[in-house]
Amino acid sequence: MKLNVQVDVHHLTRVEGHGNIRVHIENGIVKQAAWDVVETPRYFEVMLKGKHYSSAGLITARICGICSIGHCLASVRASEDAFGIQVPDLARMLRLLAKHGETLQSHVLHLFFLAAPDFVALPSALPLVTARPDIVGLAQRLKGLGNAICDVVAGRTTHPLCLQVGGLTRRPDNADLVALRSRLLAAVDDLHATVELFKTFQLPDFARETEFVSLQGTKEYPWIGGRLVSTDGVVKQEREYAAMTNEWVDDNNTTKWCKVSRGSMAVGALARFNNNHALLCPEARSVAKALGLEPVCHNPFMNNVAQLVESVHVALESVALIDEIVATPADAPVSVPVNPKAGSGVGAVEVPRGILYHHYTYADDGRIVKADCVIPTTQNNKNIHDDMDALAHHFAPREGMTDDKLELLCSMLVRAYDPCISCSVH
Amino acid sequence: MRYLGIQPKTPRIAVFDFTCCEGCELQFANKEETLPAFLSAVEVVNFREISTERRDDYEIAFIEGCISRDDEIPRLERIRKSAKLLVSLGTCACFGGVNRMKNAYDLDAANREVYGDKPKPTRPVRAVKEVVPVDLEIPGCPISKAELERIVQHLVLGVPYNFPAYPVCVECKQRFNVCMWDKGQMCLGPIALAGCDAPCPSAGLGCYGCRGPVPDPNLAEFFDMARKNGFSDAEIQERLNFFGGFEGLR
Repeated sequence: MKLNVQVDVHHLTRVEGHGNIRVHIENGIVKQAAWDVVETPRYFEVMLKGKHYSSAGLITARICGICSIGHCLASVRASEDAFGIQVPDLARMLRLLAKHGETLQSHVLHLFFLAAPDFVALPSALPLVTARPDIVGLAQRLKGLGNAICDVVAGRTTHPLCLQVGGLTRRPDNADLVALRSRLLAAVDDLHATVELFKTFQLPDFARETEFVSLQGTKEYPWIGGRLVSTDGVVKQEREYAAMTNEWVDDNNTTKWCKVSRGSMAVGALARFNNNHALLCPEARSVAKALGLEPVCHNPFMNNVAQLVESVHVALESVALIDEIVATPADAPVSVPVNPKAGSGVGAVEVPRGILYHHYTYADDGRIVKADCVIPTTQNNKNIHDDMDALAHHFAPREGMTDDKLELLCSMLVRAYDPCISCSVH
Repeated sequence: MRYLGIQPKTPRIAVFDFTCCEGCELQFANKEETLPAFLSAVEVVNFREISTERRDDYEIAFIEGCISRDDEIPRLERIRKSAKLLVSLGTCACFGGVNRMKNAYDLDAANREVYGDKPKPTRPVRAVKEVVPVDLEIPGCPISKAELERIVQHLVLGVPYNFPAYPVCVECKQRFNVCMWDKGQMCLGPIALAGCDAPCPSAGLGCYGCRGPVPDPNLAEFFDMARKNGFSDAEIQERLNFFGGFEGLR
C-alpha cells in the first residue's frame, strides 16, 4: 500500500470550463480530497435585470455553448409560465425534437471525445482520427445527426434562433424532417456499434450512496416541465425548485453548491434513469441491461452508460415525433400571441447534464425585475467534491496505486459527470 | 500534400478559453463531414477542452472569451509571448460579447446579489485586444465553422484573408429572405458585418450584430430608419449594446 499520494490538477482537461482537483494522502490518511471550481463568474442573473422577454432566451442561451437549446427552452418556459401562456401542440413537439437533437449531440460529444480516450489510454480522441477512422466515423455521424436536428428545428445548434416566447418563429419544412427521419433510422446501427464499443471499456468499480434528482415522468420519459422527484422520496412542484436545490456559497468555489436531503445531490442522465427507467423505450432498456445498468445505480461512472442509453431513447423517440409533426395540418399554429404581464414563472428542463431551472419575475412592461438560474452542474459540484473524498479513501489503499493512477481515476470521476463548468458558474 | 504548387504548412495551434461559454471552440468539432480534413491541416498541441496533452510550442493561439478577472491577465500575457499569431476567436474575445452587459451594473451590488456576503473577484469585462495586441479577429456568436475553415486554409497556405466589407443584408438577400424590417422586427443587418451567411434572419430573427459593425456604418441613417419603424432610441441602443461590438460608435 502506498502511504503518500499527491494529486494536483490545475484546470482539468477534457471538460467544459475550469476546475481543479487536489488529493493529498499522508501516511495512509486522506488529508484532502477536493474538486473546486475556479471559473470566472459572469453574473447573468444581474445582466437579465431590465431586459425584455424577447431577448431573455437569447441572452441565457449564451450561458452555455453546449446546452444553449436547453437554456433557451427553460427561459421561454419560465416567461410563458409568468405570462400564463400555453404553446400550441406543434410548438411543444418541435421544442422536444430540438431538445432531443441537443441531447444526442451533447451525449455523443461527451462519450466519444471527452470520456472515451481514458478507456483506451489516449490523451485525446485526435489520434483516433487516423488510427481508428471507424470509431471517429461513428462519432461524426451521430453527432452530425444531433446537430442537423437542431439546425433544422431551432435554426442552429449553438445559440438557437427559432425558439421564442409563445412558440417558434417558423415551422421547418416537412421534407427536411423526413430526411432526418431516414438518418435517425440509419443511426440505430451506429448506436448499437457504440454499445459494442462501450462493452469493451472497463468502468472503475466504485459507488457512493447518492440522492438523485430529476423530473418525474408520468407517461413519458421526462424532458420539459413537470414534477420534481428524488430517489430519497422527495417530490416537489416545478415552482418549488428552490426547495429541491437549496443553493449556498462556498469559500473556495465560484460555483454554488446544492443539496436536498443529504450533504449533496446529483442530477443528469444517471439521475433521470434512476427515477424514470420504466418509461424508457424497450430498445433503450435492453441497452441498459446489456451494459449492466440497473436502477438505482450509485456508481457515478455509470453516468456514461446512462448517456448512451438515453441516446438510443431520444433517437427512436425523435422518429415518432417527426411522424407526428409531419402529420400535423399545414395551417396548424406554431406560436401564439404574447401579452406580457407582471408576475413570476419557472421553467424546468432536463438538459444533457441534468435538470435546469430558470425563474423570472416580470414587471407589466414585459421586462425582467429578478432572475434566478440553477444549473445542473451547480447541483452536481458538491456531489463530485464528496465523491472525490470517497474515491480517494476507496482506491488509495489498493495495491500498486500511484500518483498517476489516482490522478486518472479522479479525472475520470469528474469527466463522468460531463460537467459544464462555465455554465455552473454563469 | 501539395496544393496548386504550394506546400502547405501544418501550423501548431492552441486553443485557450477565458470568460465565456466555450461555444466557439466547440465549433472546431462541428461540421462533421470535413472534420478529419480540417484536423489534418493543423497540429493541435494545446486544447484543454478536448485533450490532456498540453504543449507550449504553438505558433497560432486562438483565444476564446473576454477578460474579467485579474488572474486572466498574466495568463493571457504568457500566451501572447509564446504565440507567433494571436487570434481572438468569437464575439466575447473580439468585443466582450453578452458579458459586456455586466459593465452597465454596479459590480459590488452584482456580487452581493449573486454571492451574498461571499463576493468573488471580478472586473469590468474587456475584449482581448484591450489587454494584449491581437493579430486577427474572428467574430461571431458563435463563430461560423465554415468561415473558420476558410481562414485556416488561408493561414496554412500563407495567403492573406479578407473579411467581407459589406453588411449582413447582402448575404440575407442572397438567401431570398423577406426583410425583417418588413416583418416589423428590428434588425442590425444594414450595419452589421457579413460573413455569417445571415443565419438569424433566415430563421426568422432580426440580426443582433454579433460580428460587430461593417466598416463605416451609417449609424445616423440607421437610427432614422429604426425610429420611422416605431422603435425608441432606448430600444435601438439596447440592440446595439447586445454583443458589445458597437460600443463607442457614434
